[in-house]
This record gives sequence, C-alpha cells and structure tokens, in this order.
Amino acid sequence: MRNFNALNLAREALRGHKGWGQQWRNPEPKKSYDVIIVGAGGHGLGTAYYLAKEHGVKNIAVLEKGWLGGGNTGRNTTIIRSNYLYDESAGLYNHALNLWENLSQELNYNVMFSQRGVMMLAHNVHDVQSAQRHIHANRLNGVDNEWLTPQQAKDYCPPLNISKSSRYPVMGAALQRRGGVARHDAVAWGYARQASAMGVDIIQNCEVTGINRATSGEVTGVETTKGPIGAKQVGIVAAGHTSVLMEMAGVQMPLESYPLQALVSEPVKPVFPCVAMSNAVHAYISQSDKGELVIGAGTDSYLSYSQTGSMHILQHTLDAIIELYPMFNRMKMLRTWGGIVDVTPDRSPILAKTPVKGLYVNCGWGTGGFKATPGSANVFAHTIAKDEPHSINAGFTLERFRNGRLIDEAAAAAVAH
Amino acid sequence: MLVIHCPYCQADRPELEFANAGEAHIVRPDNMAEMTDAEFEKMFFVRQNPKGVNLERWRHIHGCGRFFNAIRHTVSDKFLKVYKAGESRPSDAEIAELMK
Amino acid sequence: MKPSGQQQFRVPGRGSRIGARSVSFSFDGKAYEALEGDTLASALLANGVHLMGRSFKYHRPRGVLAAGVEESNALMQISRDSARTTPNVRASVQEVYDGLQAQSQNRFPTLNFDIGGINNLLSPFFAAGFYYKTFKWPAAAWDKIYEPFIRRAAGLGQAPAEEDPDRYSNRFAHCDVLIIGGGAAGLMAAKLATRKKQSIIICDENPQFGGWLLSDTDIRIDGKSGPDWAAEAVAELAAMDNVRLLNRTTGIGYFQQNMMVLNQRITEHQSKPAPDETRERMWQVRAGKIIIAQGAIERHMVFPDNDRPGIMQASAAQSFLNKYGVAVGSQIAVYTACDTAYAAAFDLAEEGVNIPIIVEHRTDIADDLLAQANELGIRVITGAVVEGTGGKLRINSVTFAKQNGNDRETIDVDALITSAGWTPSLHLYSQSRGKPQWDEDTQRFLPGESPQECVSIGACNGTDDLADIFAEAAKCTGSRATKHVIEDDVSTMGGLIGATGSSADKGKAFVDFQNDVTAKDIALAVREGMHSIEHVKRYTTNGMATDQGKLSNMHGLAIASKLLKKPIPAVGLTTFRPPYTPTTFGSFVGHSRGNLFDPTRQTPIHAWADENGAEFEPVSQWQRAWYFPRSGEDMHQAVDRECQTVRSVAGVFDASTLGKIEVVGPDAAAFMNIIYTNGWDKLKPGRAKYGIMCREDGFIYDDGVVGKLSNNRFHVTTTTGGAPRVLNHMEDYLQTEFPEMRVWLTSTSEQWATIAVQGPKAREIIEPLVNGADISNEKFPHMSVVECKVCGVAARLFRISFTGELGFEINVPADHGRAVWEAVWARAEPLGACAYGTEAMHVMRAEKGYIIVGQDTDGTVTPYDAGLSWAIAKAKPDFVGKRGLQRPDLMSEGRRQLVGLATKDPSKVLEEGAQIVADPTRPIPMKMIGFVTSSYWSGTLGKSIALALIEDGNNLIGKSLYAPMADEVIEVEVTGTVFYDTKGERLHG
Repeated sequence: MRNFNALNLAREALRGHKGWGQQWRNPEPKKSYDVIIVGAGGHGLGTAYYLAKEHGVKNIAVLEKGWLGGGNTGRNTTIIRSNYLYDESAGLYNHALNLWENLSQELNYNVMFSQRGVMMLAHNVHDVQSAQRHIHANRLNGVDNEWLTPQQAKDYCPPLNISKSSRYPVMGAALQRRGGVARHDAVAWGYARQASAMGVDIIQNCEVTGINRATSGEVTGVETTKGPIGAKQVGIVAAGHTSVLMEMAGVQMPLESYPLQALVSEPVKPVFPCVAMSNAVHAYISQSDKGELVIGAGTDSYLSYSQTGSMHILQHTLDAIIELYPMFNRMKMLRTWGGIVDVTPDRSPILAKTPVKGLYVNCGWGTGGFKATPGSANVFAHTIAKDEPHSINAGFTLERFRNGRLIDEAAAAAVAH
Repeated sequence: MLVIHCPYCQADRPELEFANAGEAHIVRPDNMAEMTDAEFEKMFFVRQNPKGVNLERWRHIHGCGRFFNAIRHTVSDKFLKVYKAGESRPSDAEIAELMK
Repeated sequence: MKPSGQQQFRVPGRGSRIGARSVSFSFDGKAYEALEGDTLASALLANGVHLMGRSFKYHRPRGVLAAGVEESNALMQISRDSARTTPNVRASVQEVYDGLQAQSQNRFPTLNFDIGGINNLLSPFFAAGFYYKTFKWPAAAWDKIYEPFIRRAAGLGQAPAEEDPDRYSNRFAHCDVLIIGGGAAGLMAAKLATRKKQSIIICDENPQFGGWLLSDTDIRIDGKSGPDWAAEAVAELAAMDNVRLLNRTTGIGYFQQNMMVLNQRITEHQSKPAPDETRERMWQVRAGKIIIAQGAIERHMVFPDNDRPGIMQASAAQSFLNKYGVAVGSQIAVYTACDTAYAAAFDLAEEGVNIPIIVEHRTDIADDLLAQANELGIRVITGAVVEGTGGKLRINSVTFAKQNGNDRETIDVDALITSAGWTPSLHLYSQSRGKPQWDEDTQRFLPGESPQECVSIGACNGTDDLADIFAEAAKCTGSRATKHVIEDDVSTMGGLIGATGSSADKGKAFVDFQNDVTAKDIALAVREGMHSIEHVKRYTTNGMATDQGKLSNMHGLAIASKLLKKPIPAVGLTTFRPPYTPTTFGSFVGHSRGNLFDPTRQTPIHAWADENGAEFEPVSQWQRAWYFPRSGEDMHQAVDRECQTVRSVAGVFDASTLGKIEVVGPDAAAFMNIIYTNGWDKLKPGRAKYGIMCREDGFIYDDGVVGKLSNNRFHVTTTTGGAPRVLNHMEDYLQTEFPEMRVWLTSTSEQWATIAVQGPKAREIIEPLVNGADISNEKFPHMSVVECKVCGVAARLFRISFTGELGFEINVPADHGRAVWEAVWARAEPLGACAYGTEAMHVMRAEKGYIIVGQDTDGTVTPYDAGLSWAIAKAKPDFVGKRGLQRPDLMSEGRRQLVGLATKDPSKVLEEGAQIVADPTRPIPMKMIGFVTSSYWSGTLGKSIALALIEDGNNLIGKSLYAPMADEVIEVEVTGTVFYDTKGERLHG
C-alpha cells in the first residue's frame, strides 16, 4: 500500500497518477474466518480494522450486501459532537471524538474532520434548562460545551435569525467547539484501505441470508449469496437491517426502522461557518467543503425499508430552516435522499453481546451514528475480541430493556411541560 | 405522503390526518402484575420490525379519532388491508393472498 | 453582419420563440440587447458572447453547453435587487426580461482574467480524490491552513444575504391523468386522454409546449410544421375544461402512491412582477395515472479539451438557431456519432454559416445524409476523432484525424458542436421505484416495469420515430391509434458512450464539466479500486454537479465499465434522486414562514396581558404571560414583587393553557383507575384530587388536578404541553384495551378559560362574583369543585392551589374568559392584588415543593423518585405503569430522588441543570450524583431555594453536597422539598 502524502502525490502528479494501487482488495470469500462482520459501513469496517490492529485477529471478513460505505455511512449529514448528557453516552461519544481528532493520521487518509463547532439552539425556557444541564454535566465529564447568548450565537453563525419577533425566538445556544463535520465516504474508505492492507477480506455484493448455529447454540457461520461461510464469531453491524439479520439467529430486537431524509442545496460560496442544530423545530444544517448546505430532515412516523421519505417531511424541514435562516429561501435544493435508521426505545445504541454465543450486535444508532463511528468500532472490536464489553460500552446492553436501566437521552431532552 | 383508507370513515385520506401508533396485535394481558421481566420486555420493547409485511396501528387523529389496524408492506409502503381495532389478526394465508 | 454588441449573430427569419420587441439586460455590468423570448444564453450568443462561466475546480473558461436544463457551465447570479438575488441560475433556462442583471460566478477578479485559473496549471496535483491523500501533516495545519484554503474555493454563486421578500405558495390537486412533458408525446397523449372525459394536468418545464418540435423545424406532421402542430394542440387543450396546462412547470419528484410534485415558476421571466404575485408555486398532484414524457438529453463528446467556450451540444446549436434565431458561430465544426447533429449542421448551413467539417466517429453513414452534406458543400470525414482544440477564452481551432491517427488536420473554427447520441431521461421513472433496464442493442437504459401507476412514452422510453411515439400515446391512454403523415423526422438512434480516441490517457477530456471530472479521473478511481459506480461517482464527484449527471453519468459509467471489463449493468447505475432540477427552498416552504411557520395559541386573556405590559414565554405552541414588569422593573424585580403580593394579598393568573379533558360515562371512575396511578373510587363528587399518570414503563408521563363533578363525570387537567398526547394515550387505552368500558373523552382545553385567584384575599376577591355556591372554608374546603355561576356565567369553580396559598381556579367558557378576568381584576386591583405570570407561579410552587412534570422529572423518574408514593394506589389490581414500576432497576436502591437543596450561602442561587457531586475534589470525569431541576431566588423567604434529583436523596437529608461550577464550588445542604409553610396551613385559610 502506498503511503498517502504530499510527496507521493507530487510524484504521481508528474506521471499521470499511474502508480496508485487499489485502495482495497476485492477478494472472493474464503471457506471460513475467525470473525465475520456483517455490514461494511464505517462502524463495521472500523470494527474489522481495530480487531486486526489492536487485538491481533488475523482472519477477518466484512460482508456487505451492496457496496462498502453505501448505507447510512454515505447518507448522513456528518455531524460530529459528544456533548451528551448521561455518563455512558458522554463516555462513548467522547471516546469517538478523541479518535476523530487523530483519525486522518491514524488511517493515512484525510477524513477532513472539520472542527467548526456544533451549536444547539434553545427556543424556550425548557430548552435553556436542558442545555444548561448538558453543559454542567459535560464539564464534569471533561466534554467541552459552552453557553452562548443569542448575540454570541449570531456572532458565531451570522445567518442565524435572532429576532425576538420570530415564531420561536432563539434564547441562546450550547456550543461544542470540538464538534464539527467530516467527509463520510472517506471514513469508510480509510478504514477499508487499512483493514484490507492488514489482510481483512472485504466482500461486497455478498448478502447474508442466514446465520448458522450449532446444535449447542453457538454461531458457526453465515449463509450468503456467495455460499456458506464459516465463522467462530459474527458481529452484526447492519443499522436499519439489524432486526432482519438478528431474526435469522432467532433473536428479536427492541428496534424499529424508519426512513430518514437529508438534502443538499446547490453549492454557494462559504456562508455558513459551523454546524447548527435545533431540536425544537427540527433543523440541522452545515455547509460542506464543496459549498452545499447540508440539511438533515426528520424521520417519517412509520416503519419503512424503502429508503425514500415523504414530501411533507422535506417541507417541514425547510420550513424550520427558513424560519431560522430566512436568507436561504431563494437557495435551491439540489438533491435529497433517504436512509433507514434503526431506533431503540431509549434512543441509545446497543453495543453488546447477545443471548447467542459468538454473536454480537452493534445497532440502534438512530439518527446519530456517524459521529460515534471510530469509538463504536473501537469498543465493539474489544467486545468481540475479549467476549466482554469494554468499560465504555458496558452500559449499552440488550438487557437494559429487561431490567429497566435505560440510557434515555430522548426522555432527558424532549419532555415539554 | 401516504394515502390511507380509514375503515371507520370509509374514505381515503392523506397521511397528515393520521398518526402511526406502532405494531399491532400486541396483547396487554389482564394479569399484568404476574408478567415476568422478559414478558414485559417483549410486550413493551421488542418489535417485529419486519422487512416486508407489517401489521401496524394507525389513528385517524385529525378525522374520526379512531384507532385501526393496517397491513402494509415496508419496502413498497403499499397498504394491503385496513381493518377495525378489535378485529382478529388476518391469517398468514390471508396475508399471502393479499400479497398477490 | 452587424457590429459587435448588436446581436450580430441573430439570423433574421429564424426563431419560433422570439418576438420582435427588444429588451435590454446586462451581463457583468455590460449592457446588451436581446429579443423578447430569448433565454439569457441565446441572448448572449446573439451578441457573440460565449464565455459565460468558470468551472468549479480548475476555473477553466466555459461557454454554454446546452439549450435546456442540463446546462452545467453557464450558471449565473441573477439579481433584481439586493434581496432578490439568486445564485447558480442556468443561462439556458432563464428567460431574458427588460432590465435583467446577470453576473458571472466563481471568478476573481473578472471572468476574462480569473486568478483561480492557476488551479488549471496545478491540475496534475488536483486529480480525483487528491484531498484524501494529503493535507494531513502536520495535523494542526489542517484547521489553520489547508481546510480554510479548500473552503474558500468552495461554491459557485453567492447565497443571498437578506430575507427573501417574495411570496411562494403551495397547492394540492387531484387528476385522472398527469402528463409530465409537453412535447409531441405528451401533447398527443393529452389530446387522446381528453376524449375519455378524464381530468388532465399536463406540464412542461419550458415557457412553451412543443418540446423538440420547436427546435427541429423541418419536421412536418400532417403537413404542419412542428411549432404549428404544437400550437394547435395547445389551443385545442386549452379550450377544454377538463385540462389544466401548466407551462414553466417541472415534475421534480415522484413520491409514494402516485404523488408527483410540480414546481411552477410564475414571475421569473417578468420584468416587473406585481409585488404580491407568487414567485413560484409547488403543486402536489395525486394522479390516477402518470404519463412520463420527459424526453431525452443529448450527450456531449468526450475528447481532449472538449470544454472551451464555443463547444456545445449539436442539439443546443439547433435550438439556438430554430427557437431563438441565433447562429452559435460563423465557422462551426461538427463532431458526432449520431444523425441528429447533421440536421443541426444542415440548418446552420442553410443560413449561410460555414460548416467546414463534420468529424464523424462512425464509419457507416446513411447515404442520404452524406448526399445532403455534399449538396450543402459540407465535408464529412468518417471513422474519425477530434484529438483536441485550441483557443483560450473561445475555441479557435480543432484538430481531427482518422481513428487510426492518420490524416491529422487542424482547422480554424469559432465553434464546435458535438453529439454522442441521446440518453432517455429516466429520472421520474426511477423515482417511481422502477428499475431501469439495460438495452444491449441500443446501448442505453430504458424504463422497465413500474410499481406505481405510470407509463413512460416518447424519447424517455427510447422511442425514436414520431409515428411510434403517437402510437404509444394512443396505447397508454387506451385510445385507438390515429393516423398521421410524418415527414422529415430525424432518427435519434446511434451514438456512443464513453471517451473517444485516447482521451482516457491524454489531455483533459471532460466528462462532468462543472466539477472538472475528466476521463482520466474516472480511470484513476477505477485504478484505485472503486469498482462500483457509486464509488466512482463519490470519489471523482462525477455527476454530483448542479445538473446531477444529466450530461455526465452515462459517459462516466461507460468509461468505468470499459476499464473494469465488465458490462455496463454490472457496474451499476447511480440512483436518480429528486428533485429533477434544482428547486427553490421557498417553493417547498410556501407560506409557512414567520407566524405561519407554526400556529401560535393564545388564551382569551392574552390580549389583556399584552395590553398590561406582560412579557411572554413560548410553551409548546402557546404564548404564556411570563411576568408583568412595571416601569423600571427587570424580570427579577417583577417576579419578586408578584410573589410577595400573592403571598401577602393575592394574585390573578391566567391558567387557561392547562390541558383539559372531560371524562364521562358510567365507567369513568374505572377508566381513571386504569389511566392514573391514584385510586378514584373513594373520591366524592364535588372533590378534586392530584393525579399522576405513567406509561407502561412506570415513568411519570403527566400530572394534573382532576375534579369529580358527578359519579360519571371527571374534569381532568393536564400539563400545558401534554394535553394532546395525554388524550391520545387515554383514547388508545379506551379504544383498544378497554373498548367495553362506557366512557367518552372530549378535549375541552380550548373551551374553558381558567383564571386562578390565589392568596389570602382570594376569597374576598371572588366571593361577590360567585352565584349558586357557598365557597366558605367549611362548605368549600381545599380540593373542592363546584358547578356554579361566576359573573352570571356557567362556571366550574375549583378550590385548588399551585402556590400554597388559599386559591381558586375559575373555569368559564372561553368566550367569557376576558370579561370574567376583567371582573375579577376590577375587584382584585383595588385590594392591592396583582396579575402574575408563569415565572412567579414557578417560584411559588417550588417554594411549596410542587413538581413540574418535564422540569423536575425527565422521563426517567418514577412517582416514587418524585416523592409521590402517596399518589400510587398500590392495592389496585391494575393501572398503566404498575408492572413497569416493578422492574429491577426501578425498584433498586439509590435511585435519584427529588429533594430540596439549600445553598450554604443563602444568597447564592444555583443554576438549573447544575450537577451535584459528593466530592468536588475528584478528578474529571467526576462522579455526578444528581442535578438541580428547579432553582429560584425566593423573595418571600429571603434566600435561594432549589429542587434536585439526587441519588439516594431521601437518605441524605441534612448532608452537605456540592455543585461544582466553572469558577467555583457551591456547597449545598440536602433538605426536604417544602420550603414555605411546611405544615400547609395557608392552603386552608
């Protein structure tokens, strides 16, 4: 594998870039592996990478029914932050943020992590209380998050409308300066390239159609559209399709899959310097390094695997965007797309062992999985390699829905009085 | 936006008039207090989440206000059948017939 | 020929679209003349201006490529004034109006001399995906140097800096047949469908219906020219009342269950739109059947330096000539692999334009074409390729040779028109979730089956011949085929996809113009292992420009397929995503701006509060009076005064926003027993009770006082924001779990205005207003309810308190709310009482330790945690939440429990949300054991008060804990939750 650096780039520029090799191999599957990861998104590829790099697992395959990075990794609005309320969440997302900060160097692949700051707007007294609670908890958890007055929010994000006469006036904002955005494809490609170089087989266009278990119950491998493949351990990292895969192993999940849409505008010169989110009116926006405004919409209200959403969801999203940033009304929507997000009852992920020996699951990221990619992959690799969770993901079990020990970020933020 | 047929109003109406109410035919037992933790988990948290035919509840919240059940395919989003709350779950054979 | 700047390239007698009237416009500050009906592109070309833009990455000079929506070079900033400025407008689509101002984009300082052009020299470094490979070292330089550098280069035009003053609207429609595209296919389908008495909507993205018939003026249908036939068809349709014709209207998105979204542009072509005219209208059309007649888009040829200004699609040159009467040059070479380019060349030649060469990629050409070329004196070289072009801001030469490299020749030209054949537009078909099918014979994707009620006809269905198109129109409308005499129809068949010659190795052969993606970039992506077309697209950005790959996708796919040695369908086709063309945000938003963004709910007393100087706070959709500052008072002072006035005299409070539900029926009490944790059997009519509601999980869902009016009637109150979900929750249980119960639920939130009168003088204030009830302390004790008259109006009077004082809540029909309020106020004010707002209410209830659901609870708090175990009727066999409360974690020791906190320094007011720790000296991450849910300065008590959820809080009463703040650590003592009148005597006064 050739090192990616300016010198090699200059050398290649002089000879028409003929010397670059494949970033990852495209092998046919072997008969069996020590570990099979199902799902070649950022989380799955990252898991394979850390298994190989940090745990010395040699014989790994990542199976992907489509093309690598083609699921939610390549469909999200790339917001990265770690200012979560509960200790478990702060620990997990901050672990991820720490890894993000060095990921380009670690992978020798520029993932273009842009720490432009993530600003979360407050529109009523309840929002303010919630933001303050987050800020105080974050400070004691070592997570940066600070309060901005409406004017400070406007200074940080000039397009923001802070007029008191707007329908939901901005009463302030919580700002995490370390937060930002990254190039989503590069994360998948960077992990794929390094994992492949360490011998991980990434097998695309290979759909898992069954999970094989021994009579004693433990996992023995998977059935695929490219034939059966044996494995001692199987990790399911399949986002919206997790329920379908886990059902193959006889495990029913506390998950529901919903359509989530996003859109971009036509590219314009730099105008939006940060990431801004408003949970109260459902508006999430940043500007990409190509100049497109990247806007996240809400989910539809019903289960769907169709990867398309509804017009009224798009309309509502743009209503909210224009309410907060009226100057964008004449901008044009260039492209909209949908993904399938898997949502748990407490809106926190599951990163855990399962009742089936040798079967592990990483799912339930809802609308916010991208930001966790390196952290999630890192502790999930640990969970598989050691057959026990890392202290960081110890709380993100399946059992919490039985014993009631939920990590309910949604409940803590969203109840209005 | 989906168009949904309300079995009470006997009318096609846009999705905006309705609220999805989750998986259908989850039984709340009379003897709740005697459920095990596992049974409670299954009732309250575990969901079928099928890629394919889904039996789900809707409420015509900005119409007649009634809850009803629907069979919808989660890949095409097409409704195969709607029926009133309290009517029994269609048999697998009937669902297979609707799929044709 | 006319002198420069005076439409010297206008061809008299040509141009079906343009009128005789002159209009003037400006481009980069220079004034030009145009004719009415021109597009900005045709007007500039008429004036000999080809240089219209700069590319995204290399800043290469670019001219217009196309005469339609697929244009990706000639994007401009169009401004009417400082607020009405629009970036990235396609010059080929924008109609010229008198006074139009256009600016070129992505250049500095000028379009002719652009410093960014240096990127072109550095382009070897800027190959596809170069940024993934560098800018990583040193890490700190990414934020400070590299990224700002990349970001500055981003974007094309400028976003507006002001709020958009224009209006937009939304409309819903239903029809039997919706036809997208008003060319020959769409118009014929509409004509035939009208005979079926069906309601029809037909739209076309252009100002005029007719499609390609307006560009190819040789075609004769039943003896009529294309424009004439189209005009007659439109006139026929317009005369029918079951047809709606929408021009300048684009089908942008195909959604579930046959809903098509149309974007109609109404004023964009007008010089001076009426100020209140809608600029754009969004149609959401639910159609019985959708006929897609989107047409096809011509591909450009991919060869080295194929991007100089003056190089464009052959069909564009033909359209500019025949629609707008503009010759795109005076020395025009042709490079083609498709017959249609000959028609363009012949039309131009007939107008005296010199066509020095047709470079024909194919070897086998129809004799009649060659004969006609010969007749017009046009030289044709077959089996040939264009190897390159010369020129800087405009093409000035073209070099071509036989495909084997022989007979190389360079000639002077001022334009080059190319055609690689036609790509059927599958956008809407694909959005209907149909799967495009590869047709090996014609080397193109065609529509297959669709899961929705739609059919593709005409060029977008790959149908070439007009007679066949008319037959399709008949078939899809269920009509008998009509007979027509068609003359001089040119075949669109043939063509090639991919790069020609050695373009994949040499020079810059552009596949995607705007994003500067060359054939070499595609090759690099494939070399680097990008084997899926989605990877190729994302790695190179091919097809991601503002035309969304309308020109580039098929070429990119073919180049990748060839290198991968895999058939095209095995490499894949990228998904077509809405919208079909870029669509103004405003047209999605419509009227949903400002106050119409979301309804604002106001109580009947709102106007009084406003007149009396209240500040308001938003609570869900409501605006609630927050506090009533008197002159010179800040919020703190006003709230202090309000609290002290209530506690010493009385106060009047608008509680109308509280949710109210009427629960009626013989089984009402049984139903209440299920929904609430409390027991309702023993409650007597005329009495009220504080109720707690959980979901099955056992966490607090809502709360409120419930009055029992009779054995079968409860007046339920909920939190302000919770009313809709509480009613839904109740309906769910009633309809689906307990349908046998005879209970009826009615929302009465908006029916009752609720006026709270609280304080020692509360009774004195209201007593004279009450009729039909004895409200003495003995007859009407705390937690009572009575139906009576207040100010002569039927009322429900509660004796309840959320302040800890003697209190009443008067419910009267909302229409009488303000009158009764004013009557109460007329008695209250002279006694020294005040009106108070939500903030004072919050302070006083906190002084009494009354919780607010959503502030002191957060969805993880059980009634036990909140100190409300007394409100749980444990003996009840069932209630919603009973089982959930028995789960291990909810019963475990040490859960967070609601307690009071007293700061050691009583003048210090804790911040709400402040975290509480046992040991503030521990390193970060510090173990947090709880947080402050409510905190206020209590003027009444002269000290701060706070409520908090603290682990094992009930066992820590009297202990010291700490709130570590950013700049200090605040010591607190854990206390009970009641700070004021702990015995509750004042309630009973």
